[in-house]
Amino acid sequence: MATNQAAIIEHEHDPALLHHFATKEQQKNSASLGMWLFLAQEIMFFGGMFCAYLVYRYKYVGDFGSASGRLNIWYGAINTGVLLCSSLTVVLSVRAAQLNKRKALTGWLILTIILGCVFLGIKGVEYHDKWVNHEVPGPSFSYEGTVPGHPDIPVDPHHAEIYFSLYFAMTGMHALHMIVGVGLFSMLAWWAWRGKYNSNYYTPIENAGLYWHFVDIVWIYLFPLLYLIDRNKLLKL
Amino acid sequence: MTDPVMPQAAATQDDSHEHISTVGSSVLIWIILLVCTGLTAAVAFVDLGPANTIVALTIATFKAILVVLFFMHVKYTHEKLTGLVIASAIFFLLILLALSMADYTTRLWR
Repeated sequence: MATNQAAIIEHEHDPALLHHFATKEQQKNSASLGMWLFLAQEIMFFGGMFCAYLVYRYKYVGDFGSASGRLNIWYGAINTGVLLCSSLTVVLSVRAAQLNKRKALTGWLILTIILGCVFLGIKGVEYHDKWVNHEVPGPSFSYEGTVPGHPDIPVDPHHAEIYFSLYFAMTGMHALHMIVGVGLFSMLAWWAWRGKYNSNYYTPIENAGLYWHFVDIVWIYLFPLLYLIDRNKLLKL
Repeated sequence: MTDPVMPQAAATQDDSHEHISTVGSSVLIWIILLVCTGLTAAVAFVDLGPANTIVALTIATFKAILVVLFFMHVKYTHEKLTGLVIASAIFFLLILLALSMADYTTRLWR
């Protein structure tokens, strides 16, 4: 009974609790649900591009296999690793907030930002390679190759161009999400350093974390779909 | 719940409703995710015929499930609405993909 009253008094005076919520838990659950609804529409947003990819890949299997072989698998694999590391640092930053560790929280957030920038840097190098090799869709695009496993069948350059259009649209949209995420974490790191977050209030850290993990999941699918088509057949040539 | 010694501790834990993931379990999940990434890249160079794509997507889905359950704390959430949102998002994504492909793969059927 005594603890109950104490809890009620604490809630009434808690500056972190907005007046239109009954309890902090309700406030936190509402913010979390809002974030999940946002992620649900993000799934539909990326889903449209994945669907376009699926349709064209089904239609131009061989051409897509050949064009996919032009990507450097190492860039893709290392970037997957970088993103997974950044997901771990996000998990640890949420943990640091829950445990009231201000410096650790700021540190993990900054490490997340650095890893995000490493990802974008590697992506930039990759984009530059594509530009140099005339693999960016547009007037300068040129492509010569054969269908993997069939050295006598040439690849239609237009179909390869569709592959690279999808590659740039999907990885570009993903990179844009990364840039937004890095900006988000930069603000959070600043506020975390100023002591805005603690075990009582860390919803922004958690929701930004959900966003970051979602962007990670998109890449988890982009990596095999874009980089790993028909690799075994390309090896034989 | 039935332990008579623990009601106070249980009540305070219940009040926060929060799961604090341990460093050990997070690092373990992270290592599994990295191993899966290496595995999916290695398997791509083995000729499995049409199964290559299936294996790659199965590993990707396994990784995504790990991230959602453990890194996004869905395994520990008490909020049923979160599960509903995720399930309906996946459901509508599958409608988009399945019905589109049902169209495009059957256009030449006579």
